[in-house]
Amino acid sequence: MTQESVLVLTLAAAIGTGTPLIFAAIGGVISERAGVINLGMEGMMLIGAVTTFLVDNKTGSPVAGFIAGGVAGALLALIHATLAISLRANQIVCGLALTIFGTGLASFIGKPIEGQGLTKSFGSLHIPALSSIPGVGPILFKQDVLVYLSWFVALIASLYLNRTRTGLSLRAVGENPATADAMGLSVVRMRYAHVVAGGLLAGFGGSYVILRIVPAWSQAGTTNGIGWIALALVVFASWRPLRVILGAYLFGVALQANFALQAKGITVIPAEFLAMLPYLLTVVILVVLTANRRTRGAGAPAALGLPFVRDER
Amino acid sequence: MEIPLKRRALAVVAGVTAVLLAACSSSTSSSTAAADAAPAKEKLKVAFVYIGVPGDAGWTYMHDQGRLEMEAALGDQVESTAVENVPEGPAGKKTFEDLARQGYKLIFGTSFGYMDQMLEVAAAYPDVKFMHATGYKTSANMGTYFGAAEEARYLSGMIAASVSKTGRLGYVAAFPIPEVVRGINAFELGAQAINPKATTKVVWTSTWYDPTIESKAAQSLLNAGVDVLAQHQDSPATGQAAEAVGARWLSYNSNMQTLAPKAWAGGPGWDWGPFYTAQAKAVIDGTWKSEQYYGNMKDGLVKLFGPAEDVPADAAAAVKAAQDAFVAGTAHPFDGPIADQAGKTQVAQGATAPMDALMSMQYFVKGVQGTIAK
Repeated sequence: MTQESVLVLTLAAAIGTGTPLIFAAIGGVISERAGVINLGMEGMMLIGAVTTFLVDNKTGSPVAGFIAGGVAGALLALIHATLAISLRANQIVCGLALTIFGTGLASFIGKPIEGQGLTKSFGSLHIPALSSIPGVGPILFKQDVLVYLSWFVALIASLYLNRTRTGLSLRAVGENPATADAMGLSVVRMRYAHVVAGGLLAGFGGSYVILRIVPAWSQAGTTNGIGWIALALVVFASWRPLRVILGAYLFGVALQANFALQAKGITVIPAEFLAMLPYLLTVVILVVLTANRRTRGAGAPAALGLPFVRDER
Repeated sequence: MEIPLKRRALAVVAGVTAVLLAACSSSTSSSTAAADAAPAKEKLKVAFVYIGVPGDAGWTYMHDQGRLEMEAALGDQVESTAVENVPEGPAGKKTFEDLARQGYKLIFGTSFGYMDQMLEVAAAYPDVKFMHATGYKTSANMGTYFGAAEEARYLSGMIAASVSKTGRLGYVAAFPIPEVVRGINAFELGAQAINPKATTKVVWTSTWYDPTIESKAAQSLLNAGVDVLAQHQDSPATGQAAEAVGARWLSYNSNMQTLAPKAWAGGPGWDWGPFYTAQAKAVIDGTWKSEQYYGNMKDGLVKLFGPAEDVPADAAAAVKAAQDAFVAGTAHPFDGPIADQAGKTQVAQGATAPMDALMSMQYFVKGVQGTIAK
């Protein structure tokens, strides 16, 4: 079929697996940097996925589908923002409710398209020159346009957070909303904007799953819990967008390793153990990060999860 | 002023959560409505309990097709309902109990894990007939049903070998239980009938239905150099992975041709309609009795979809001949000689693997690359 080695092909596939995680986890970073935890990410990804499918098959345009998926995720995030910011509800509880709601709503909307296939999607886009570098080229530069977009999103998010005035304000809102408020920043407006932006990215993550991983609607099985992995990745990345890429690809490799080893005929490690490896890895990394005094909570916004009430100090 | 505010917020959250939860629970049961109108004359009420949703395009879809076929065949003699997404365990037991109480006189359960719950409920409702797919426990009013998918698996292996350029086939498999192992072996034996050097590489997913995982597993097999994929999974993700790289694919359960039209070469599947019709008819006529039904291609329970049009004519003819021999009873997929991976003879020349050996199969035949976890 191809002359690339199995290792190169496996790593290239791992990048595809990691891409929805990048979108969603950066969405998580942005939302949490504003001080709002979003446990509704899984629901937003599913809504994004089902919307992408519907719009893509209706319009025949994967671009329109991708954008619509993001918008759908953003709308669901708007509910979260209303509950968590304006009504000052417990962020954990309403985040969970939104995941359950999003899953149910997506199944409901998706009822007519069950068992159908996606008709149009993005193909691979080989970047000239770069894709012919041995090893690295086929792994990194023979991907689809959305993979490149995910890098761009991570880069922009990183620059935005660290190098812009609004980014600085955002961090202030997440660290110490009372002070930010005293400085004349609108905490409520900042939080709304970034929770919705986070939902948009989570929706993009769901869109990617439909467009490039499983081109059929299969209810909750479509995202299969990766919204939760994205949440863990936010912590793993210490709330830094560029580190999200690293974590997402690590997870991708772990997921791909199971089948790559089996297909290679390496059966020393039972398949059932390898199947839990990505999740085990997530748990272990989180334990290591929190057990270490230096890294515990490093990068976590100080006001994360706390509703802001102007009268309370 | 602080406390009332928090209380108000809490009340809002609780309210919204309740609404949200209600909204999603109603969505999963939206298609389970039963006809409540009082029938003019006594209709047989038949219920189907599904592990998934008919929209899976696979296992549950085919059972639901069978249900609709039964309704069409028996007209106003029956009415039926289907309950979707019923988990195995206590929730499943409650579903069976509810259905029995609502006057359903014939209840089908389509997942292995319902076995013990069905048996319990069957004992409490002796006038209700229960039929359990893929299980092995029976009682006076509970039978089992399944079929010899290995016949169609064998034929699909023949198709696979005929469209493969390299003779290297791949198999995305769920769990190392006898049903799946039997299917893999039959597939490889069929492939060898066309190309004696054909091999089948097996990857386990440890899941029946998880499109993302299935797609990853399929991709790894393709990366490892196989050019035709088969599956014992309930979603079409394997085929979509094959389609993306121009490889070929043998589907399972239903005719999945439209889901990956270029990759699809055929596939084994089911037709439950005639069986469901016969069961309902037997209950209506008062002739139903508990049995362990094991259907096959001859009964029409097991089917081969395809071969696809581009499968070479001589191979298609060979498939047809083998199918005719299975139907006529002159051949069986597990006719000897059959050696396992270690070269040990499992079925002697001139013999056929007996039923109990098929039902407990825990070895791979020679040519299969992979291991069965003990």
